[in-house]
Amino acid sequence: MTTAEARYRSGAVRMEWRKLRTVRSTWWILALFAAGVLGYAALVGAGGPTQPDPGYDPTDNVLQGLLIGQLTLGILGALALSGEFASGSIRATFAAVPRRGRVLAAKAAVLAAVTLVAGEALAFAGAVTFGLAAPAGVPHPALGQLAGLRAVLLTGAYPCLIALIALGLAALIRHTAGAIAAIVGLTFVLPLVLLPLARHSAIIRLLPEAIEVNSLAAVKPVADQAIAVTGPLSAWAGFAMLCLYAAVALAAGGWALLRRDA
Amino acid sequence: MIRAHGLTKHYGRTVAVRDLSFTVRPGVVTGFLGPNGAGKSTTMRMLIGLDRPDAGQATVNGKLYRELRQPLREVGAMLEAKSFHPGRSARAHLGALAVSNGIPKRRVGEVLALVGLEAAAGRRSGKFSLGMAQRLGIAAALLGDPGTVILDEPVNGLDPGGVRWIRDLLKSLAAEGRTVLISSHLISEVAQTADELIVLGQGRLLAQATVAELSARASSLEDAFFQLAASASDYTGRTA
Repeated sequence: MTTAEARYRSGAVRMEWRKLRTVRSTWWILALFAAGVLGYAALVGAGGPTQPDPGYDPTDNVLQGLLIGQLTLGILGALALSGEFASGSIRATFAAVPRRGRVLAAKAAVLAAVTLVAGEALAFAGAVTFGLAAPAGVPHPALGQLAGLRAVLLTGAYPCLIALIALGLAALIRHTAGAIAAIVGLTFVLPLVLLPLARHSAIIRLLPEAIEVNSLAAVKPVADQAIAVTGPLSAWAGFAMLCLYAAVALAAGGWALLRRDA
Repeated sequence: MIRAHGLTKHYGRTVAVRDLSFTVRPGVVTGFLGPNGAGKSTTMRMLIGLDRPDAGQATVNGKLYRELRQPLREVGAMLEAKSFHPGRSARAHLGALAVSNGIPKRRVGEVLALVGLEAAAGRRSGKFSLGMAQRLGIAAALLGDPGTVILDEPVNGLDPGGVRWIRDLLKSLAAEGRTVLISSHLISEVAQTADELIVLGQGRLLAQATVAELSARASSLEDAFFQLAASASDYTGRTA
């Protein structure tokens, strides 16, 4: 590939990377995410049980802090596109890269890279912080075991997948408030509504938040009554389900971007 | 060279542009003239692929806009001045656009100097006045040193010095052999800037002629314009 060809192909990604890092909200959101995960890890570590039940799962306990990422990085994903529609900069973006599928793919790639690095780093840092904050006798997250490592890695990817779902929703909805409401509704409100209504239904285990808590982050079997009947998805099945959600949201968003006028 | 052929666009049941064909040639400033709602902006949006025509097509140098690999190097457009993120600086906005089209970084500084925004280039652009926003939009349009320049209402928000500046700029761009299309609803402004006119009314082409030709049809360009506009039926408000 010639240099000119390489420049053309990487142009959209380079533009999106520059756009993401040149607005302050990106850094505020990442800082909030980091502070939230680490603060939560320190709290649950310090308050960990010194005489734990056999079912106590410190890995799951600390990794539930990554749920802060479904709000913060979900908003980051929504803003990456809804912010452009709100400000009108989408016109400049589409004028520069008229292939809209390429724009969405570039946004998704840059967003995924940033949120994956942040999510993984904080999943590990959270687990370490828990250990440092925990009084003697509290079991530490199982970083040394394969299952614990898997839980940290898969849960670290969770905020990234939520951010991608939010990006797809923003391509459909376009308005910042609407896109943020949609991702918050999907991750926080839907479980609240469905839990009492469909307590023993298999649907519960398919919700993103339930996947995070019961499938990705869990090292020991989950004793939650709500999913006791059907049991949670396995870690990899839960991960695959989230990837499917992200793929569907991005495909629907891409379709809407191509069809609708900007 | 811009060519529109049979462009038609509906928004719901409203027809914004109907069967519009025209050619904008290089080397002169062409003015797109018509009252508010005549279809000027819609047509410009279709020229750069933001809106998809229901029928017909528009080409720049014989190609559809979306087929251009690095469009900013061929066509520079400003449709609405505020086409930037308020939290991003002018320099960052232009820098992001530059990398997308493989435009050398020094062009960012060049166009910032050209539009007189150097001193404000590092500030959050959301704080810009309308005139500064307009200048940033023009800087973005000229970033890729394009052979075709499309500006929607470029004098909006500019002070008299700015108006003079943009007029001279457009004339020099045309003199360099570029294709320049500007829209306006201000007849006197267009008369001073443009060489050729494309007059729209209710989404239809009413006339394409030089300013001199059109002016000769009545006692003034303004009278000629209103005669044309009246012919497009219910555009004028009733006086009785």
